[in-house]
Amino acid sequence: MSSVNSLGQLTEGVRRPTTAAHGQSGLTLLIAWRNLVHDRVRFAVTLVGIAFSTVLMGIQLGMLLNFMHTTSTIVDHANADLWIAVQGVRSVDLATPIEERRRFQALSVPGVAAAESMLLQFGSWKRNNGVRELVLNIGVEPFAEMGLVPDMVPDVDIHDALSVPNGVIIDRLYADKLGVHSLGQTVEINDHRARVVGFTNGIRTFTQAPYVFTTLKNARHFTNRSENDITYVLIRVKDGFSKEEVARELKRRMPDVDVLNTDEFSFKSRWYWLFTTGAGITLVSSSLLALMVGVVIVAQTLYASTLDRLPEYAVVRAMGGPSSYLYKIVIKQAIIGGVIGGVVGITIVLVLAYISRDSSSPPQVPFWLASSIGIVTILMCICASLVSLKKVMSIDPVKVFR
Amino acid sequence: MNQPVVAASGITHSFGSGANRSTVLHDISLEVRAGEVLMLMGPSGSGKTTLLNIIGCLLQPTEGTVRLHGQAVHQLNIEKLAALRLQHFGFVFQSHNLFPVLTATENVMVALDLLGVKRSIAHERARELLALVGLGHRLDNYPAQLSIGQKQRVAIARALAADPPILMADEPTASLDSETGLKAIEFFRMLAHHQHRAVVIVTHDPRIFHFADRVVHIEDGRIGKHEIVTHEPASLTMGDA
Repeated sequence: MSSVNSLGQLTEGVRRPTTAAHGQSGLTLLIAWRNLVHDRVRFAVTLVGIAFSTVLMGIQLGMLLNFMHTTSTIVDHANADLWIAVQGVRSVDLATPIEERRRFQALSVPGVAAAESMLLQFGSWKRNNGVRELVLNIGVEPFAEMGLVPDMVPDVDIHDALSVPNGVIIDRLYADKLGVHSLGQTVEINDHRARVVGFTNGIRTFTQAPYVFTTLKNARHFTNRSENDITYVLIRVKDGFSKEEVARELKRRMPDVDVLNTDEFSFKSRWYWLFTTGAGITLVSSSLLALMVGVVIVAQTLYASTLDRLPEYAVVRAMGGPSSYLYKIVIKQAIIGGVIGGVVGITIVLVLAYISRDSSSPPQVPFWLASSIGIVTILMCICASLVSLKKVMSIDPVKVFR
Repeated sequence: MNQPVVAASGITHSFGSGANRSTVLHDISLEVRAGEVLMLMGPSGSGKTTLLNIIGCLLQPTEGTVRLHGQAVHQLNIEKLAALRLQHFGFVFQSHNLFPVLTATENVMVALDLLGVKRSIAHERARELLALVGLGHRLDNYPAQLSIGQKQRVAIARALAADPPILMADEPTASLDSETGLKAIEFFRMLAHHQHRAVVIVTHDPRIFHFADRVVHIEDGRIGKHEIVTHEPASLTMGDA
């Protein structure tokens, strides 16, 4: 028990500052945290909701990223500066043949350091057990510098591998699908004998028709194409020349074909599969749906928590606390939920991505995507707090005296 | 006679509009002075709480003026009024309205946090204030672990935390037993007399009438009777309840 006479001394040091920088002591964070954990079941439901939303977003966007990369993987890995293709080409996998004379025409253009032919044609791969699989044959010059995948397993020179008669290279991810158990195994492509001479590493296809790398001659042979048929001319531009200028000149000399730089062609291929077909839109809309589910879950939880605290919030207002003090509490609740739920969700996404890394279409979740999902999750939670903020705005401090 | 800290003049207040308009205060003039306990008494619905809201800068009167330390405040906007309350008023509410998720110390710290007082200082002051109201042994208890009387003392400590010159209490004895209620009122009286604060108490509890310096009876929105009470100086402290 203390004497009331000591009150004067007691309050001497609590004289209010001339400008009140309220809420600097971290008490709003404490209130926000305690508000959340006060009802543990509700908090757990909130976290599950946020994590679920984050996982859904992460997996869908990871799949979308994988989808984008696989739709243009051949273009991205070809190491070419420019591509000559049939007019109106929409995607790297869907071009019709052009004549090989285009390569010689290209070689005559100033600034072209190298021009190599490439043939892409679907074919029928026959496994030893008679089952047929659709494959996409990619034929390049025997000593091509462009259009090949450098990453081989085991570490062998791709040109040496392709020098084997009827040699083909597939990705090891599709070995089981194509019934290949070992190097040197003999298979049939469109009823022509072929021999597996190497494996690439991680070259996925989104069409589920695995890529089969071989020489231009073999590809023509396997797909019954004439000696004159190619699909693309891959161009490397000499140092000191502008890619745009060389492309313009190629286009001027060959107005009846498309000349695209690698970035354009990559983008065009991705765009086609993402938005011309329904595949990409499905993934994007699923991500948005996940976002909306998260907003609804967080919003209703925060709103319920805010309603529980309205009498106390009204007291804070009556005491002279500004609205912003209460906003801080509500927004911090949202951020805490977003951070914890987001971390849990992203962890689950990363684990799932790791587990499925060797599948044909694993979600790709690089650091930037994981970070972005985390930020979106927190923003989602803040947006979800708007309904509660509106309620806080409407608090009438007079009500505490009624 | 000292200058009034709050002076309300010609206060009329109505709720609703048109046919639903209801006038609850009629031309009320009232002054609140430092160092005195002013009780607003009257039956339920008489308008005393509305008057408290108006002189406590919580509500703008429909008509009339309110001056705080001589400055007109009746036309200020909501946020400016809030800033004034923060600087000049301490409130004790009938239902206490403590944050259930905060300890007694943390509840008192809220008032200091609103003023921007550093956490370490706020923590120390909150503990001292709680000790002052006899809750030194309940510092880390949550409201659910406190009796009603103890909750009210936390609320009083919270009201005092910012060292306000004016204390306003709404039915502070309504939920307390006789002994605890009387101790609380005596404490308010001491705060007025020893600390030279203005204390305004709204009540319809006749038991506490004798602790007031002045009693204003509100009846049907009008001042019915104005009494000056004489009594011996207070000397008690708040004890356990």
